[in-house]
Amino acid sequence: MNISFLLNGETVEVDTHPTQTLLDWLRETQHLTGTKEGCNEGDCGACSVMVTDDRGARTLNACILFMPQLQGKAIRTVEGLAAPDGTLHPVQQTMIDHHGSQCGFCTPGFVMSMATAHLTGRTDHDDVLAGNLCRCTGYAPIIRAAKAAEGTPVPQHMRDAPPSPDPKTLGPATLADVPQALGATLPAAPTTVEALAEWYVAHPKGTLIAGATDVGLWVTKNFADLGEVAFLNRCTDLQQIEDTGDTLRIGAGVTMTDVLSTVRDLHPSYADMIRRYGSEQVRNAATIGGNIANGSPIGDNPPALIALGATLHLRCGNTQRDIPIEDFFIDYGKQDRQEGEFVEAVTLPKTAPNLRCYKLSKRFDQDISAVCGCFNITLDGDTITDARIAFGGMAGTPKRASAAEAALVGRAMSQDTCDAAARALQADFTPLSDMRASAEYRMQAAQGQLRRYFADLAGAPTNVLEVQP
Amino acid sequence: MSVAKPLPHDAAKLHVTGQARYVDDLPTPTGTLHLAFGMSTIANGRITSMDLDAVLAAPGVSRVFTASDLPFANDVSPSVHDEPMLSDGSIHYLGQPIFLVVADSHLHARAAARLGDISYDEQPPILTIEEALAADARFEEGPRIYTKGCVDTALADAPNRLQGRFDMGGQEHFYLEGQAALALPQEGGDMVVHSSTQHPTEIQHKVAEAIGAPMHAVRVEIRRMGGGFGGKESQGNALAVSCAVAARATGKPCKMRYDRDDDMMITGKRHDFRIEYDVGFEANGRITGIDFTHYTRCGWAQDLSLPVADRAMLHADNAYLLPNARITSHRLKTNMQSATAFRGFGGPQGLLGIERVMDHIARSLALDTVEVRRVNYYAAPEVDQPSGGSFSGQRKTGETPDNTTPYDMDVTDFILHEMTDKLLNDAQYAERRAAVDAWNAQHDTLKKGLAFNPVKFGISFTLTHLNQAGALVHVYQDGSIHLNHGGTEMGQGLFQKVAQVAASRFGVGIEAVKITATDTGKVPNTSATAASSGSDLNGMAVQAACDTLRNRIAGCIATLNNVAPEQVVFKDGRVHAGETTLSFAQAAKTAYENRVSLSATGFYKTPDVAWDRIAGKGQPFFYFAYGAALSEVVIDTLTGENRLLRVDILHDAGASLNPALDIGQIEGGFVQGAGWLTTEELVWDGSGRLRTHAPSTYKIPACSDRPDIFNVALWDGENRAETIYRSKAVGEPPFMLGISTYLAIADACAACGPNDPDLQAPATAEEVLRASSRARG
Repeated sequence: MNISFLLNGETVEVDTHPTQTLLDWLRETQHLTGTKEGCNEGDCGACSVMVTDDRGARTLNACILFMPQLQGKAIRTVEGLAAPDGTLHPVQQTMIDHHGSQCGFCTPGFVMSMATAHLTGRTDHDDVLAGNLCRCTGYAPIIRAAKAAEGTPVPQHMRDAPPSPDPKTLGPATLADVPQALGATLPAAPTTVEALAEWYVAHPKGTLIAGATDVGLWVTKNFADLGEVAFLNRCTDLQQIEDTGDTLRIGAGVTMTDVLSTVRDLHPSYADMIRRYGSEQVRNAATIGGNIANGSPIGDNPPALIALGATLHLRCGNTQRDIPIEDFFIDYGKQDRQEGEFVEAVTLPKTAPNLRCYKLSKRFDQDISAVCGCFNITLDGDTITDARIAFGGMAGTPKRASAAEAALVGRAMSQDTCDAAARALQADFTPLSDMRASAEYRMQAAQGQLRRYFADLAGAPTNVLEVQP
Repeated sequence: MSVAKPLPHDAAKLHVTGQARYVDDLPTPTGTLHLAFGMSTIANGRITSMDLDAVLAAPGVSRVFTASDLPFANDVSPSVHDEPMLSDGSIHYLGQPIFLVVADSHLHARAAARLGDISYDEQPPILTIEEALAADARFEEGPRIYTKGCVDTALADAPNRLQGRFDMGGQEHFYLEGQAALALPQEGGDMVVHSSTQHPTEIQHKVAEAIGAPMHAVRVEIRRMGGGFGGKESQGNALAVSCAVAARATGKPCKMRYDRDDDMMITGKRHDFRIEYDVGFEANGRITGIDFTHYTRCGWAQDLSLPVADRAMLHADNAYLLPNARITSHRLKTNMQSATAFRGFGGPQGLLGIERVMDHIARSLALDTVEVRRVNYYAAPEVDQPSGGSFSGQRKTGETPDNTTPYDMDVTDFILHEMTDKLLNDAQYAERRAAVDAWNAQHDTLKKGLAFNPVKFGISFTLTHLNQAGALVHVYQDGSIHLNHGGTEMGQGLFQKVAQVAASRFGVGIEAVKITATDTGKVPNTSATAASSGSDLNGMAVQAACDTLRNRIAGCIATLNNVAPEQVVFKDGRVHAGETTLSFAQAAKTAYENRVSLSATGFYKTPDVAWDRIAGKGQPFFYFAYGAALSEVVIDTLTGENRLLRVDILHDAGASLNPALDIGQIEGGFVQGAGWLTTEELVWDGSGRLRTHAPSTYKIPACSDRPDIFNVALWDGENRAETIYRSKAVGEPPFMLGISTYLAIADACAACGPNDPDLQAPATAEEVLRASSRARG
C-alpha cells in the first residue's frame, strides 16, 4: 500500500504495510536515526516527532504510530529542526547553553516536544514534557532550557512550513476511504461514520485503530496480527464535539487533548485528572472512544463519565442505541457491544459542580491509575439528594459504588455519613493485588479518596500538588 | 586554562541535532543479521525437552543457537564463570536466555524468539530472604563480618538501646538506550565489536574466550552510551558475545539490541537489602556501639555482588564515628536476575542503614535529627594539612583520639562539619524546621516533612588492582591533538573533562583536542568506567601522556632557541621560548621536522590504597567525597501520595574540573536517588516473574517529580589528596543525597502520631500510607 506525507518539508511517497511504525520506517529505511527507540511502547518519548495537519502541530510517539495514520500530514523529526543553513532551533541552542543533555539519548525527543511547545506558545513545561523520560539530568537543566527559549522567535523555516502537503503534490494513497473500494487487502480509512459502520458490519472481526496507543503495543510487544484493519483518524464524523445546551456530545474519535480543552472550564477536576492521563504525546493520539471501548478496568475516563451520568452512543450499521455508560462494562474483558458495533460518541452533562476526580498512581504524571475515584453528589442544602460514585482499579470493570452511594443519599454531609459510606465501599468492591497496589491498599485508598472528597467540598486543602514549600 | 571552565558536554550539539551516534545508529553493512534471545518462562528447574522447529521455520530466521552449538566458552560472567550465556539445561531465573535466534531483521528475530516449545522440570524458586537463608543459598561460604572494638560489651553497657529492621528495594537502571552490540567479522577470524559498554576490555576478553581467539584478535569500540549507571559494566557481555559467535559462524555482521521489556527481564538491577540493627547510644544520641546485619538478594549468579556487598559494609558508617561496630553481610543466592553494579555500588544501601538509625535514635530521644547526626560525626582534621604531597590515611600512632572507620581507616579529610553549617544556614534549616512543625500542627490531612543527610563516599575501586588507567595522545603536525583513554562516555561528561585536562596541559583551546571513541586497540587492559573513577584515573593518565609530549616539544624548541626546556611556556595556544613565540601548530611542526615523536602513552595508578577485604581492614579508598542535602516534602495521609517540594544541596567536587558538568551529575544523581527510594518499585510475583518490566509499570521520576525549588551548590575546596587538578570524583556520591527525600517522607509520617513510622523503601504512596498509620499507632 502507498501513502504520502511531508517529511521535514519534502513530500515522500511510501510503500508500506498497515502496521509498520513510523519509528521503524525512519530508522531502518531512511537512516534517520536521530529519532530513538527507548521503550517501544509510548512511555519514554525518545521517539517523539512533530506531526502537523490542519488541526495544528503536536507531538506523537513514533514507536506506536502506524504509517497509514500519517497520510496527508507533515512530519518533522529532529533532523529537520535546525534551519537549512544549520542555525540551531532556539530550543536546541538553549539545551546546549543550559547543559540539558548528558547521555543525549532522550534529547532528540525532548527537543521535539520543546520545539512543538515553542511553536504553539505553550509554557506549561512540566505537562509538555511529562511524556519524555530522562535518566541523567534530573530535568532541572532541561526546564531551564525550555524557559530560556520562551518567547524567542519561531525560526522562519518552521513558521513558513506548510501544515500539510499540497494535495496536488501528493501521490495517490491506496487507503480505502469508501467501503466499495475494499479489496480486502487494503486497510480501510473511512472518512464518514456511515462508511465506517458499513465496513465494520462487513468485517466484524476487523480491528479499529484510532490513536493506536493501545493497539500499537499489541503489535510492538506481542507481534499481534491485527487482521483487517480500519484506521479512524480520517473519519471526521467521529471527531465532532456538539454542544446541545445542557450537554456535550463528544465523538469517539476526539483525542484526549481535545477532551481536556473541552472540559477544562466545565469540569476542572475531570480536566485535572486528564492532565495526568498518559502524556502529551499519548493524549494527542488517544481517543475517548478508544479509552471506553477497550473496556479496561483501569482506564481513567470511564469512572469520570459514570460519575457524570454520561450516555454512550453505540452504532452497528445504521442501528444506533444509547445506554448509560456504566451498563457498557459487563465484566472483565466483556462489554455490551455486538459484533460490528462500535462506540460512536458519548454525551455528558455540562454542569456538575460537585464532580471530583482523583487519580492515584505511583507517579503523578504518565502513570496508569492504581485507583481512580470519581465522585459527584447533588446537595439540597446540607442533604445529599443524589450520589454517583465510580472507581477504576477496584474491580474487573470501571464500576459504580452502589452501596456507598446508598449510604450517602438522604443523609447530611457529616463525618458520620462519610464514615458510613467509607465502610460501605467494602461491600462494593473486592479489589485485586498487582504490581501497582495491593488489594488492601486499594480499599484504603478508595476510602481515603471518599474522605478527601468530603474535605475537598468543605474547602480544606487536600491536594499535595497544590502545596508550596 | 581549560580546566575549571563550565564548558558544555562535548557532544551537546550532536545530541540536540540527533547526529550523535549510538550503537544502534551505526550504519550497518548489507546483509547484517539480527539476534534475539529465547527466554525461560520459569524461575527454577531443568529443561526436559526443547523443540525449536517453529523458531527455525519463522520468517527471516536463518539459524538458532543453543548452548551445545557454542564453539568455545559458554560464559558471560564478569567474575567466577558461573553465568552461561545460554542455559546449559538448568534454569536459574525467569527470563534466562536459553537459545539465540539469528534472523534478517530485529523484528523477525524477536518474533521468532517467542516460538520455542520448551518443557521443564520445574522446581520451587528461592525468591525471598527467608527462603534463601533456609536453603543456605548464598555466595561465599558464610556471611562476611567486619568488626571494630567490642560491640557486645558496648551494647550491654549502653544507656539507651534500640533495635530495628527494614527493607529497601532494588532499582532498574533504565538507561534510555537499551543494551546493544554489533560485531563485524574481519579477515582471518578477527572481530571488531561495537558495544554499548562501560567496560570494553571485558567485552574484548569475553568475546575472545567465546570465539577461541587471543585478545589481540578482538577490538572493541564504544564512542558513547545512552546512559549506563553501572548497568553496562557487565550486562552487555551476553549481547557482544552473541554477536561475535554468530558473526563467526555466519561470516556476516551481527547486531543485537534488547527490546526494553527483554532488557528489564534479562539484566540485573541494583541489589535490594534488608538491614537489621541493634544500637546503643548516650542521652545526646551519640552511638556507643552498633551491630548491623545486611541481607542482600544477589540473584542467580555472582556477577559483581561480592564487591557490591563489601561496599555496603564499607559505607555502613557513612559520616559517623562508630566506636564499636560489627557489620555482618549475607550475600544470598536467589532465582532472580543477577543483581549488578548500579551507581553507588552498595554504598547507598549501607548509607541508608545508618541514616535510618540516626532518625530512630533522634525520635526515641525527641532530639533534632540533625543534632544527633552532628554529635556522631567524625572529627575534622585538627590541623589543616598543607596541600601537596600525597594525602595518606594511614592510622597514626600515639594519643590521637579514635577517628577510624569500622575497617580501620583513619578519616583525615572530614569536612562535613563546615559543609553542614553552610548548607543548613543557607537553606534556613532552623526557621523551616519551625515552620514545618507549625504547618503540621495546623493540618490534619496533609503533613510536611523536612530532613537532612550527609554523604561520605569512599573513592577507589575496592578491587585494588583496578585503580589504574592508560591514555594515548597524538599531536599532529598541524597542532591538532588526538585524545584517547580507557574511560567510556555514558553522559557523565568524562570525555570533555579529560579533554579540558589535555587542552590545559598544552595551553591550547578545547577545539584543538579531538575526543575519540574508546578503543581496546588504542589503550589496552582498561578498567571499567565505574566507581566514579573516570576523571580521577583517566585524567591523570592523559596528563602524564600530555606532559611527556609537552616535554619533548619543549626540549626541541628549547634547543633550537638556546633556552632551558623549563623556560618554554605553553599558553593561550602559543609556545614561548625566550624571545621566540610560536603558535602551538608551528611548535608541533617544528618538533616533527626535528624528528621528535609526537605520540605518547600515559599511565596512572592510584597511590596509597591497600586493604584486606576478608578481614575488612586497611585503606580501600584514596579519599572521601562529601555532600549534604536537605529535602522538604508533603504527604497526603489519606492516600499516601507524596511530593518533593524543595531541595538544597551542597556538594564537594574538590576543585571542579568543570562546574557545569559536575552540577549536572549532582542534580541528576539526586533525582535518581530520590526515585530509588520513592516511586521506583520492582515487583516479582510468587513464580519469580518480574511484573515491572517496562516503563508502563516501573516508574522512574518524570519531569514534574523534580523539586520546584532545587538549589545546588559546589563546596569551595580542593581535594586534599593529589588528584587531577585537586578535583574529586562526582559520579556516584550525589546519588545518596536522595536519601534526604526518603527521610523527609519519614519525618512527615512521624508527624502523624507518637510512634516511629518505620518507613520501608521505596516510599511508594502505599508504603507512606502504611507508615503514617504505624506512626498513629
